Amino acid sequence: MISFIIYKFIVCVVVFGLSLGVAAYATLWERKFAAFLQDRVGPDKAGWHGILQPLADGGKMFFKEEIIPNVSNRFLFILGPSLFMMTALMTGSVIPWGADFTMDGKVYSAQITDINIGVLYLFGVVSVGVYGIMIGGWASNNKFALLGAIRASSQMISYEIAMGISVIALVITSGGTLSLREIVGQQDAGVANIVWQPLGFLIFFVCALAETNRAPFDLPECESELVGGYHTEYSSMKLGLFLFAEYINMFISSAIMSSFYFGGFNFPFAAELYSAMGLEAGSFWITLIGFGALFTKIFMFICVFMWVRWTLPRFRYDQLMNLGWKILIPLSLLNLAITVVVEFFRGNLHF
Amino acid sequence: MLGYTITQWLFGILSFLAIMFGLLVVFSRNPVSSVLYLVLTFFCIAGHYLLMNAQFLAIVHVVVYAGAIMVLFLFIIMLMNLNEDSEPQKTWLTKIIAAVAGGMMLFVLVGSLKGSEQLSLSVSGSPQIGLVKNLGQVLFKDFLFPFEIASILLLAALVGAILIGKKEAKS
Repeated sequence: MISFIIYKFIVCVVVFGLSLGVAAYATLWERKFAAFLQDRVGPDKAGWHGILQPLADGGKMFFKEEIIPNVSNRFLFILGPSLFMMTALMTGSVIPWGADFTMDGKVYSAQITDINIGVLYLFGVVSVGVYGIMIGGWASNNKFALLGAIRASSQMISYEIAMGISVIALVITSGGTLSLREIVGQQDAGVANIVWQPLGFLIFFVCALAETNRAPFDLPECESELVGGYHTEYSSMKLGLFLFAEYINMFISSAIMSSFYFGGFNFPFAAELYSAMGLEAGSFWITLIGFGALFTKIFMFICVFMWVRWTLPRFRYDQLMNLGWKILIPLSLLNLAITVVVEFFRGNLHF
Repeated sequence: MLGYTITQWLFGILSFLAIMFGLLVVFSRNPVSSVLYLVLTFFCIAGHYLLMNAQFLAIVHVVVYAGAIMVLFLFIIMLMNLNEDSEPQKTWLTKIIAAVAGGMMLFVLVGSLKGSEQLSLSVSGSPQIGLVKNLGQVLFKDFLFPFEIASILLLAALVGAILIGKKEAKS
Protein backbone atom coordinates (compact mmCIF):
# COMPACT_ATOMS: atom_id res chain seq x y z
CA MET A 1 0.00 0.00 0.00
CA ILE A 2 2.76 2.44 0.98
CA SER A 3 4.79 1.59 -2.12
CA PHE A 4 1.66 2.13 -4.23
CA ILE A 5 1.16 5.59 -2.75
CA ILE A 6 4.82 6.47 -3.23
CA TYR A 7 4.69 5.27 -6.84
CA LYS A 8 1.52 7.28 -7.58
CA PHE A 9 3.09 10.32 -5.92
CA ILE A 10 6.12 9.99 -8.21
CA VAL A 11 3.86 9.71 -11.28
CA CYS A 12 1.93 12.81 -10.17
CA VAL A 13 5.14 14.79 -9.75
CA VAL A 14 6.46 13.61 -13.12
CA VAL A 15 3.23 14.55 -14.94
CA PHE A 16 3.16 17.90 -13.13
CA GLY A 17 6.76 18.65 -14.05
CA LEU A 18 6.22 17.42 -17.58
CA SER A 19 3.21 19.69 -18.11
CA LEU A 20 5.08 22.71 -16.79
CA GLY A 21 8.28 21.90 -18.66
CA VAL A 22 6.56 21.28 -21.97
CA ALA A 23 4.48 24.43 -21.55
CA ALA A 24 7.60 26.50 -20.81
CA TYR A 25 9.40 25.24 -23.88
CA ALA A 26 6.24 25.54 -25.98
CA THR A 27 6.42 29.31 -25.41
CA LEU A 28 9.96 29.34 -26.85
CA TRP A 29 8.97 27.00 -29.66
CA GLU A 30 6.02 29.21 -30.52
CA ARG A 31 8.30 32.23 -30.87
CA LYS A 32 10.79 30.24 -32.92
CA PHE A 33 7.99 28.85 -35.09
CA ALA A 34 6.50 32.31 -35.63
CA ALA A 35 9.96 33.59 -36.53
CA PHE A 36 10.38 30.76 -39.03
CA LEU A 37 7.00 31.46 -40.64
CA GLN A 38 7.71 35.19 -40.81
CA ASP A 39 11.28 34.74 -42.04
CA ARG A 40 12.91 36.09 -38.86
CA VAL A 41 15.45 34.64 -36.43
CA GLY A 42 13.41 34.80 -33.24
CA PRO A 43 14.84 34.90 -29.71
CA ASP A 44 18.49 33.81 -29.84
CA LYS A 45 20.29 35.80 -27.13
CA ALA A 46 19.60 33.75 -23.99
CA GLY A 47 21.79 30.68 -24.27
CA TRP A 48 22.41 28.57 -27.35
CA HIS A 49 19.72 29.52 -29.93
CA GLY A 50 17.71 31.08 -27.10
CA ILE A 51 17.40 27.81 -25.18
CA LEU A 52 17.27 29.63 -21.83
CA GLN A 53 14.61 32.10 -22.95
CA PRO A 54 11.74 30.45 -20.95
CA LEU A 55 13.81 30.78 -17.76
CA ALA A 56 14.48 34.44 -18.52
CA ASP A 57 10.77 35.03 -19.21
CA GLY A 58 9.77 33.27 -16.00
CA GLY A 59 12.31 35.22 -13.98
CA LYS A 60 11.07 38.47 -15.46
CA MET A 61 7.47 37.57 -14.60
CA PHE A 62 8.40 36.90 -10.96
CA PHE A 63 10.32 40.13 -10.49
CA LYS A 64 7.72 42.42 -12.06
CA GLU A 65 5.73 44.68 -9.76
CA GLU A 66 2.50 43.10 -8.64
CA ILE A 67 -0.51 45.38 -9.01
CA ILE A 68 -3.92 44.58 -7.56
CA PRO A 69 -6.56 47.17 -8.47
CA ASN A 70 -7.87 48.99 -5.41
CA VAL A 71 -11.56 48.62 -6.20
CA SER A 72 -11.45 44.98 -7.16
CA ASN A 73 -12.36 42.01 -5.02
CA ARG A 74 -8.92 40.99 -3.76
CA PHE A 75 -9.70 37.36 -2.97
CA LEU A 76 -11.46 36.64 -6.27
CA PHE A 77 -8.77 38.54 -8.17
CA ILE A 78 -6.15 36.10 -6.89
CA LEU A 79 -8.48 33.10 -7.15
CA GLY A 80 -9.07 33.62 -10.91
CA PRO A 81 -5.63 32.75 -12.32
CA SER A 82 -5.05 30.10 -9.63
CA LEU A 83 -8.25 28.29 -10.58
CA PHE A 84 -7.43 28.51 -14.28
CA MET A 85 -3.98 27.03 -13.71
CA MET A 86 -5.34 24.34 -11.38
CA THR A 87 -7.94 23.08 -13.85
CA ALA A 88 -5.37 23.14 -16.66
CA LEU A 89 -3.08 20.86 -14.63
CA MET A 90 -5.89 18.56 -13.42
CA THR A 91 -6.72 17.27 -16.90
CA GLY A 92 -3.37 15.49 -17.21
CA SER A 93 -4.30 12.94 -14.55
CA VAL A 94 -6.41 10.60 -16.71
CA ILE A 95 -4.14 10.47 -19.77
CA PRO A 96 -2.30 7.16 -20.23
CA TRP A 97 1.31 8.14 -20.92
CA GLY A 98 2.59 4.68 -21.73
CA ALA A 99 1.96 0.92 -21.55
CA ASP A 100 1.96 -0.87 -18.19
CA PHE A 101 5.33 -2.22 -17.06
CA THR A 102 6.27 -4.96 -14.62
CA MET A 103 9.00 -4.61 -12.03
CA ASP A 104 9.75 -7.28 -9.40
CA GLY A 105 6.53 -9.06 -10.31
CA LYS A 106 4.35 -6.00 -9.76
CA VAL A 107 2.45 -4.23 -12.52
CA TYR A 108 2.77 -0.46 -12.64
CA SER A 109 0.71 1.75 -14.93
CA ALA A 110 2.12 4.93 -16.45
CA GLN A 111 -1.02 6.90 -15.67
CA ILE A 112 -2.08 8.76 -12.55
CA THR A 113 -5.53 7.20 -12.40
CA ASP A 114 -7.67 5.17 -14.76
CA ILE A 115 -11.21 6.08 -13.75
CA ASN A 116 -14.07 4.45 -15.61
CA ILE A 117 -15.59 7.84 -16.42
CA GLY A 118 -12.33 9.37 -17.68
CA VAL A 119 -13.85 11.08 -20.72
CA LEU A 120 -16.58 12.65 -18.60
CA TYR A 121 -13.99 13.68 -16.00
CA LEU A 122 -12.16 15.59 -18.74
CA PHE A 123 -15.37 17.38 -19.65
CA GLY A 124 -16.09 18.19 -16.03
CA VAL A 125 -12.68 19.75 -15.52
CA VAL A 126 -12.81 21.67 -18.79
CA SER A 127 -16.25 23.07 -17.99
CA VAL A 128 -15.09 24.18 -14.54
CA GLY A 129 -12.01 25.78 -16.09
CA VAL A 130 -14.09 28.63 -17.46
CA TYR A 131 -14.65 29.92 -13.90
CA GLY A 132 -11.01 30.97 -13.68
CA ILE A 133 -11.39 33.36 -16.59
CA MET A 134 -14.84 34.58 -15.51
CA ILE A 135 -13.87 35.24 -11.90
CA GLY A 136 -10.62 36.90 -12.93
CA GLY A 137 -12.31 39.08 -15.53
CA TRP A 138 -15.10 40.16 -13.20
CA ALA A 139 -12.90 40.77 -10.17
CA SER A 140 -10.67 43.09 -12.21
CA ASN A 141 -13.54 45.62 -12.15
CA ASN A 142 -12.69 46.67 -15.68
CA LYS A 143 -15.11 46.75 -18.60
CA PHE A 144 -12.59 45.35 -21.06
CA ALA A 145 -11.74 42.49 -18.74
CA LEU A 146 -15.43 41.75 -18.15
CA LEU A 147 -16.15 41.72 -21.89
CA GLY A 148 -13.19 39.41 -22.45
CA ALA A 149 -14.38 37.08 -19.70
CA ILE A 150 -17.90 36.97 -21.11
CA ARG A 151 -16.57 36.27 -24.59
CA ALA A 152 -14.39 33.49 -23.24
CA SER A 153 -17.17 31.81 -21.31
CA SER A 154 -19.80 31.99 -24.06
CA GLN A 155 -17.26 30.67 -26.55
CA MET A 156 -16.26 27.80 -24.30
CA ILE A 157 -19.84 26.80 -23.52
CA SER A 158 -20.81 26.90 -27.21
CA TYR A 159 -17.92 24.78 -28.43
CA GLU A 160 -18.20 22.30 -25.57
CA ILE A 161 -21.48 21.04 -27.07
CA ALA A 162 -20.05 20.17 -30.48
CA MET A 163 -17.00 18.69 -28.78
CA GLY A 164 -19.18 16.55 -26.52
CA ILE A 165 -21.22 15.18 -29.42
CA SER A 166 -18.11 14.35 -31.45
CA VAL A 167 -16.71 12.52 -28.41
CA ILE A 168 -19.95 10.52 -28.04
CA ALA A 169 -19.38 9.27 -31.60
CA LEU A 170 -15.82 8.36 -30.65
CA VAL A 171 -17.04 6.47 -27.58
CA ILE A 172 -19.43 4.47 -29.78
CA THR A 173 -16.55 3.57 -32.10
CA SER A 174 -14.44 2.40 -29.16
CA GLY A 175 -17.14 0.04 -27.94
CA GLY A 176 -18.85 2.23 -25.36
CA THR A 177 -16.00 2.65 -22.90
CA LEU A 178 -15.37 5.96 -21.16
CA SER A 179 -11.95 5.01 -19.84
CA LEU A 180 -9.07 6.63 -21.72
CA ARG A 181 -6.89 3.63 -21.07
CA GLU A 182 -9.36 1.32 -22.84
CA ILE A 183 -9.88 3.77 -25.71
CA VAL A 184 -6.12 3.77 -26.31
CA GLY A 185 -5.93 0.01 -25.76
CA GLN A 186 -8.55 -0.60 -28.48
CA GLN A 187 -6.27 1.02 -31.06
CA ASP A 188 -3.45 -1.31 -30.07
CA ALA A 189 -3.78 -4.08 -32.63
CA GLY A 190 -6.23 -2.59 -35.11
CA VAL A 191 -6.29 0.79 -36.77
CA ALA A 192 -6.37 4.18 -35.07
CA ASN A 193 -9.75 5.79 -34.48
CA ILE A 194 -9.05 8.52 -37.04
CA VAL A 195 -9.89 6.01 -39.78
CA TRP A 196 -13.43 5.63 -38.43
CA GLN A 197 -13.83 9.19 -37.19
CA PRO A 198 -12.28 11.62 -39.71
CA LEU A 199 -15.11 14.15 -39.42
CA GLY A 200 -15.30 13.70 -35.68
CA PHE A 201 -11.60 14.43 -35.38
CA LEU A 202 -11.94 17.60 -37.46
CA ILE A 203 -14.78 18.85 -35.25
CA PHE A 204 -12.84 17.93 -32.11
CA PHE A 205 -9.76 19.76 -33.37
CA VAL A 206 -11.66 22.96 -34.19
CA CYS A 207 -13.37 22.83 -30.79
CA ALA A 208 -10.03 22.24 -29.08
CA LEU A 209 -8.69 25.40 -30.72
CA ALA A 210 -11.70 27.31 -29.39
CA GLU A 211 -11.54 25.75 -25.91
CA THR A 212 -7.90 26.67 -25.46
CA ASN A 213 -8.60 30.23 -26.68
CA ARG A 214 -6.01 29.86 -29.40
CA ALA A 215 -6.03 31.80 -32.66
CA PRO A 216 -8.19 32.06 -34.73
CA PHE A 217 -10.54 31.85 -31.74
CA ASP A 218 -8.57 34.13 -29.40
CA LEU A 219 -11.29 36.77 -29.21
CA PRO A 220 -11.30 36.85 -25.37
CA GLU A 221 -7.86 38.46 -25.49
CA CYS A 222 -8.35 40.33 -28.74
CA GLU A 223 -5.94 43.25 -28.27
CA SER A 224 -7.32 45.36 -31.11
CA GLU A 225 -10.73 45.60 -29.40
CA LEU A 226 -10.28 44.76 -25.72
CA VAL A 227 -6.76 45.98 -24.75
CA GLY A 228 -5.77 42.64 -23.18
CA GLY A 229 -9.12 40.94 -22.70
CA TYR A 230 -9.76 39.17 -19.41
CA HIS A 231 -6.20 39.66 -18.17
CA THR A 232 -6.02 43.42 -18.81
CA GLU A 233 -5.57 44.27 -15.12
CA TYR A 234 -3.21 41.43 -14.31
CA SER A 235 0.50 41.85 -13.90
CA SER A 236 3.50 39.87 -12.71
CA MET A 237 3.15 36.11 -12.22
CA LYS A 238 -0.66 36.20 -12.08
CA LEU A 239 -0.59 37.28 -15.73
CA GLY A 240 2.05 34.62 -16.22
CA LEU A 241 -0.30 31.95 -14.84
CA PHE A 242 -3.02 32.95 -17.30
CA LEU A 243 -0.64 32.88 -20.26
CA PHE A 244 1.12 29.75 -19.09
CA ALA A 245 -2.11 27.81 -18.50
CA GLU A 246 -2.97 28.37 -22.16
CA TYR A 247 0.16 26.45 -23.15
CA ILE A 248 -0.62 23.68 -20.66
CA ASN A 249 -4.12 23.45 -22.13
CA MET A 250 -2.60 23.20 -25.57
CA PHE A 251 -0.25 20.42 -24.44
CA ILE A 252 -3.03 18.46 -22.73
CA SER A 253 -5.48 18.83 -25.61
CA SER A 254 -2.75 17.61 -27.98
CA ALA A 255 -2.26 14.61 -25.70
CA ILE A 256 -6.02 13.97 -25.65
CA MET A 257 -6.30 14.17 -29.44
CA SER A 258 -3.36 11.79 -29.83
CA SER A 259 -4.95 9.34 -27.39
CA PHE A 260 -8.49 9.61 -28.77
CA TYR A 261 -7.83 9.56 -32.50
CA PHE A 262 -4.22 8.57 -33.15
CA GLY A 263 -3.67 5.60 -30.90
CA GLY A 264 -1.90 7.31 -28.00
CA PHE A 265 1.27 5.42 -27.16
CA ASN A 266 0.65 2.80 -29.87
CA PHE A 267 2.30 3.08 -33.25
CA PRO A 268 2.29 0.95 -36.43
CA PHE A 269 4.38 -2.24 -36.34
CA ALA A 270 5.08 -1.78 -32.62
CA ALA A 271 4.87 -5.53 -31.91
CA GLU A 272 7.32 -6.32 -34.73
CA LEU A 273 9.74 -3.68 -33.44
CA TYR A 274 9.60 -5.00 -29.88
CA SER A 275 10.16 -8.61 -30.95
CA ALA A 276 13.04 -7.51 -33.20
CA MET A 277 14.58 -5.72 -30.24
CA GLY A 278 14.02 -8.76 -28.04
CA LEU A 279 11.82 -6.94 -25.51
CA GLU A 280 9.23 -9.02 -23.70
CA ALA A 281 5.84 -7.69 -22.65
CA GLY A 282 5.93 -5.62 -19.46
CA SER A 283 9.42 -4.29 -20.03
CA PHE A 284 10.08 -0.73 -18.93
CA TRP A 285 11.64 0.01 -22.33
CA ILE A 286 8.29 -0.63 -24.05
CA THR A 287 6.72 1.98 -21.80
CA LEU A 288 9.49 4.43 -22.65
CA ILE A 289 9.28 3.81 -26.41
CA GLY A 290 5.47 4.17 -26.26
CA PHE A 291 5.90 7.38 -24.33
CA GLY A 292 8.25 8.60 -27.06
CA ALA A 293 5.65 7.74 -29.73
CA LEU A 294 2.95 9.61 -27.82
CA PHE A 295 5.26 12.56 -27.39
CA THR A 296 6.04 12.70 -31.09
CA LYS A 297 2.32 12.91 -31.81
CA ILE A 298 1.86 15.60 -29.16
CA PHE A 299 4.72 17.58 -30.66
CA MET A 300 3.14 17.35 -34.12
CA PHE A 301 -0.17 18.62 -32.75
CA ILE A 302 1.49 21.52 -30.92
CA CYS A 303 3.17 22.46 -34.21
CA VAL A 304 -0.21 22.37 -35.99
CA PHE A 305 -1.69 24.60 -33.27
CA MET A 306 1.09 27.12 -33.87
CA TRP A 307 0.91 26.81 -37.62
CA VAL A 308 -2.83 27.63 -37.46
CA ARG A 309 -2.15 30.60 -35.20
CA TRP A 310 0.33 32.21 -37.56
CA THR A 311 -1.67 31.42 -40.70
CA LEU A 312 -5.31 32.28 -40.05
CA PRO A 313 -6.63 35.71 -39.09
CA ARG A 314 -8.96 36.12 -36.14
CA PHE A 315 -12.70 35.49 -36.57
CA ARG A 316 -15.32 38.15 -36.01
CA TYR A 317 -17.42 37.33 -32.96
CA ASP A 318 -20.66 36.62 -34.84
CA GLN A 319 -18.76 34.40 -37.29
CA LEU A 320 -17.39 32.49 -34.32
CA MET A 321 -20.87 31.93 -32.86
CA ASN A 322 -22.30 30.97 -36.27
CA LEU A 323 -19.53 28.45 -36.79
CA GLY A 324 -20.12 26.94 -33.37
CA TRP A 325 -23.90 26.73 -33.35
CA LYS A 326 -24.95 26.54 -37.00
CA ILE A 327 -22.14 24.52 -38.54
CA LEU A 328 -20.27 22.47 -35.96
CA ILE A 329 -23.26 21.24 -33.92
CA PRO A 330 -25.27 20.02 -36.96
CA LEU A 331 -22.09 18.50 -38.40
CA SER A 332 -21.33 16.67 -35.17
CA LEU A 333 -24.92 15.36 -35.03
CA LEU A 334 -24.54 14.14 -38.61
CA ASN A 335 -21.26 12.51 -37.64
CA LEU A 336 -22.99 10.79 -34.74
CA ALA A 337 -25.74 9.45 -37.02
CA ILE A 338 -23.20 8.19 -39.59
CA THR A 339 -21.15 6.59 -36.83
CA VAL A 340 -24.13 4.69 -35.48
CA VAL A 341 -24.99 3.36 -38.96
CA VAL A 342 -21.38 2.40 -39.71
CA GLU A 343 -20.90 0.72 -36.34
CA PHE A 344 -24.16 -1.16 -36.80
CA PHE A 345 -22.92 -2.65 -40.06
CA ARG A 346 -19.51 -3.39 -38.54
CA GLY A 347 -21.41 -5.38 -35.94
CA ASN A 348 -20.17 -3.42 -32.94
CA LEU A 349 -23.62 -2.43 -31.73
CA HIS A 350 -25.82 -4.87 -29.87
CA PHE A 351 -29.48 -4.42 -29.20
CA MET B 1 -11.81 7.45 14.56
CA LEU B 2 -14.46 8.07 17.24
CA GLY B 3 -16.30 4.95 16.11
CA TYR B 4 -17.16 6.27 12.65
CA THR B 5 -16.03 4.87 9.30
CA ILE B 6 -14.33 7.01 6.69
CA THR B 7 -17.55 7.09 4.64
CA GLN B 8 -19.45 8.46 7.62
CA TRP B 9 -16.77 11.09 8.21
CA LEU B 10 -16.91 12.11 4.54
CA PHE B 11 -20.69 12.22 4.65
CA GLY B 12 -20.61 14.43 7.73
CA ILE B 13 -18.01 16.82 6.34
CA LEU B 14 -19.72 17.06 2.95
CA SER B 15 -23.13 17.64 4.54
CA PHE B 16 -21.72 20.34 6.81
CA LEU B 17 -20.04 22.07 3.86
CA ALA B 18 -23.13 21.77 1.66
CA ILE B 19 -25.36 23.33 4.30
CA MET B 20 -22.79 26.01 5.13
CA PHE B 21 -22.38 27.04 1.50
CA GLY B 22 -26.15 26.86 1.05
CA LEU B 23 -26.61 29.33 3.91
CA LEU B 24 -23.86 31.54 2.49
CA VAL B 25 -25.74 31.65 -0.85
CA VAL B 26 -28.66 33.23 0.96
CA PHE B 27 -26.76 35.48 3.33
CA SER B 28 -23.98 36.86 1.15
CA ARG B 29 -24.51 40.47 0.10
CA ASN B 30 -22.99 40.21 -3.35
CA PRO B 31 -24.95 38.27 -6.01
CA VAL B 32 -21.73 37.08 -7.66
CA SER B 33 -20.50 35.52 -4.42
CA SER B 34 -23.94 33.94 -4.00
CA VAL B 35 -23.55 32.22 -7.35
CA LEU B 36 -20.01 31.08 -6.50
CA TYR B 37 -21.22 29.63 -3.18
CA LEU B 38 -23.99 27.83 -5.05
CA VAL B 39 -21.35 26.28 -7.31
CA LEU B 40 -19.48 25.06 -4.22
CA THR B 41 -22.75 23.62 -2.89
CA PHE B 42 -23.14 21.70 -6.14
CA PHE B 43 -19.66 20.29 -5.74
CA CYS B 44 -20.53 19.06 -2.24
CA ILE B 45 -23.67 17.41 -3.60
CA ALA B 46 -21.61 15.77 -6.35
CA GLY B 47 -19.44 14.39 -3.55
CA HIS B 48 -22.55 12.91 -1.94
CA TYR B 49 -23.40 11.18 -5.24
CA LEU B 50 -19.91 9.70 -5.30
CA LEU B 51 -20.44 8.35 -1.78
CA MET B 52 -23.59 6.63 -3.05
CA ASN B 53 -21.62 4.97 -5.90
CA ALA B 54 -23.29 7.14 -8.53
CA GLN B 55 -20.14 8.19 -10.40
CA PHE B 56 -21.93 9.06 -13.62
CA LEU B 57 -24.52 11.19 -11.85
CA ALA B 58 -21.79 12.98 -9.90
CA ILE B 59 -19.76 13.95 -12.93
CA VAL B 60 -22.81 14.91 -14.98
CA HIS B 61 -23.96 17.03 -12.06
CA VAL B 62 -20.64 18.89 -12.20
CA VAL B 63 -20.66 19.22 -16.00
CA VAL B 64 -24.27 20.35 -16.34
CA TYR B 65 -24.97 22.33 -13.17
CA ALA B 66 -21.58 23.70 -12.13
CA GLY B 67 -20.11 23.83 -15.60
CA ALA B 68 -22.96 25.11 -17.75
CA ILE B 69 -26.01 26.38 -15.89
CA MET B 70 -24.15 28.27 -13.16
CA VAL B 71 -21.81 29.78 -15.76
CA LEU B 72 -24.88 31.21 -17.48
CA PHE B 73 -26.18 32.51 -14.13
CA LEU B 74 -22.84 34.14 -13.44
CA PHE B 75 -22.80 35.51 -16.96
CA ILE B 76 -26.16 37.27 -16.56
CA ILE B 77 -25.37 38.61 -13.10
CA MET B 78 -22.03 39.97 -14.25
CA LEU B 79 -23.62 41.62 -17.28
CA MET B 80 -26.37 43.26 -15.20
CA ASN B 81 -23.76 44.34 -12.66
CA LEU B 82 -26.13 43.94 -9.71
CA ASN B 83 -25.07 45.38 -6.39
CA GLU B 84 -26.59 46.83 -3.26
CA ASP B 85 -26.81 50.40 -4.56
CA SER B 86 -28.49 49.68 -7.88
CA GLU B 87 -30.97 47.15 -6.56
CA PRO B 88 -34.32 48.59 -5.47
CA GLN B 89 -35.16 48.02 -1.78
CA LYS B 90 -37.93 45.53 -1.18
CA THR B 91 -40.96 46.72 0.73
CA TRP B 92 -41.92 45.17 4.07
CA LEU B 93 -44.94 43.50 2.48
CA THR B 94 -42.76 41.63 -0.05
CA LYS B 95 -40.39 40.56 2.70
CA ILE B 96 -43.21 39.20 4.86
CA ILE B 97 -44.80 37.36 1.93
CA ALA B 98 -41.44 35.88 0.97
CA ALA B 99 -40.81 34.77 4.57
CA VAL B 100 -44.25 33.14 4.84
CA ALA B 101 -43.89 31.39 1.47
CA GLY B 102 -40.42 30.14 2.40
CA GLY B 103 -41.70 28.93 5.78
CA MET B 104 -44.51 27.01 4.10
CA MET B 105 -42.01 25.40 1.75
CA LEU B 106 -39.86 24.35 4.71
CA PHE B 107 -42.98 22.99 6.42
CA VAL B 108 -43.87 20.89 3.36
CA LEU B 109 -40.28 19.58 3.05
CA VAL B 110 -40.04 18.66 6.73
CA GLY B 111 -43.48 17.05 6.57
CA SER B 112 -42.58 14.97 3.56
CA LEU B 113 -39.28 13.88 5.14
CA LYS B 114 -40.99 12.90 8.37
CA GLY B 115 -42.53 9.79 6.90
CA SER B 116 -39.30 8.75 5.24
CA GLU B 117 -38.04 6.53 8.07
CA GLN B 118 -40.85 4.10 7.32
CA LEU B 119 -39.72 3.77 3.70
CA SER B 120 -37.72 0.67 2.97
CA LEU B 121 -34.88 1.60 0.66
CA SER B 122 -33.32 -1.15 -1.35
CA VAL B 123 -29.69 -0.16 -1.11
CA SER B 124 -27.41 -2.48 -2.96
CA GLY B 125 -23.84 -2.12 -1.83
CA SER B 126 -22.45 -2.90 -5.27
CA PRO B 127 -20.04 -0.20 -6.46
CA GLN B 128 -20.99 -1.10 -10.04
CA ILE B 129 -24.52 0.27 -9.68
CA GLY B 130 -23.74 3.78 -10.86
CA LEU B 131 -21.65 2.92 -13.90
CA VAL B 132 -22.70 4.32 -17.25
CA LYS B 133 -23.37 0.89 -18.67
CA ASN B 134 -25.78 -0.14 -15.89
CA LEU B 135 -27.46 3.25 -15.85
CA GLY B 136 -27.98 3.07 -19.61
CA GLN B 137 -29.47 -0.41 -19.31
CA VAL B 138 -31.93 0.80 -16.68
CA LEU B 139 -32.83 3.99 -18.55
CA PHE B 140 -33.32 2.44 -21.97
CA LYS B 141 -34.88 -0.88 -20.90
CA ASP B 142 -36.84 -0.53 -17.68
CA PHE B 143 -37.68 3.17 -17.77
CA LEU B 144 -37.69 3.90 -21.50
CA PHE B 145 -41.12 5.53 -21.57
CA PRO B 146 -40.61 8.02 -18.71
CA PHE B 147 -37.19 8.79 -20.12
CA GLU B 148 -38.58 9.62 -23.55
CA ILE B 149 -41.38 11.70 -22.01
CA ALA B 150 -38.81 13.70 -20.05
CA SER B 151 -36.81 14.22 -23.27
CA ILE B 152 -39.88 15.50 -25.10
CA LEU B 153 -40.60 17.85 -22.20
CA LEU B 154 -37.07 19.23 -22.45
CA LEU B 155 -37.40 19.61 -26.21
CA ALA B 156 -40.67 21.51 -25.78
CA ALA B 157 -39.01 23.79 -23.23
CA LEU B 158 -36.14 24.36 -25.66
CA VAL B 159 -38.49 25.32 -28.50
CA GLY B 160 -40.42 27.57 -26.12
CA ALA B 161 -37.26 29.35 -25.02
CA ILE B 162 -36.24 29.98 -28.63
CA LEU B 163 -39.73 31.30 -29.44
CA ILE B 164 -39.63 33.73 -26.52
CA GLY B 165 -36.16 34.83 -27.54
CA LYS B 166 -37.19 35.37 -31.16
CA LYS B 167 -40.34 37.37 -30.41
CA GLU B 168 -38.71 40.77 -30.18
CA ALA B 169 -36.65 40.44 -33.31
CA LYS B 170 -39.76 39.94 -35.47
CA SER B 171 -41.76 43.00 -34.36
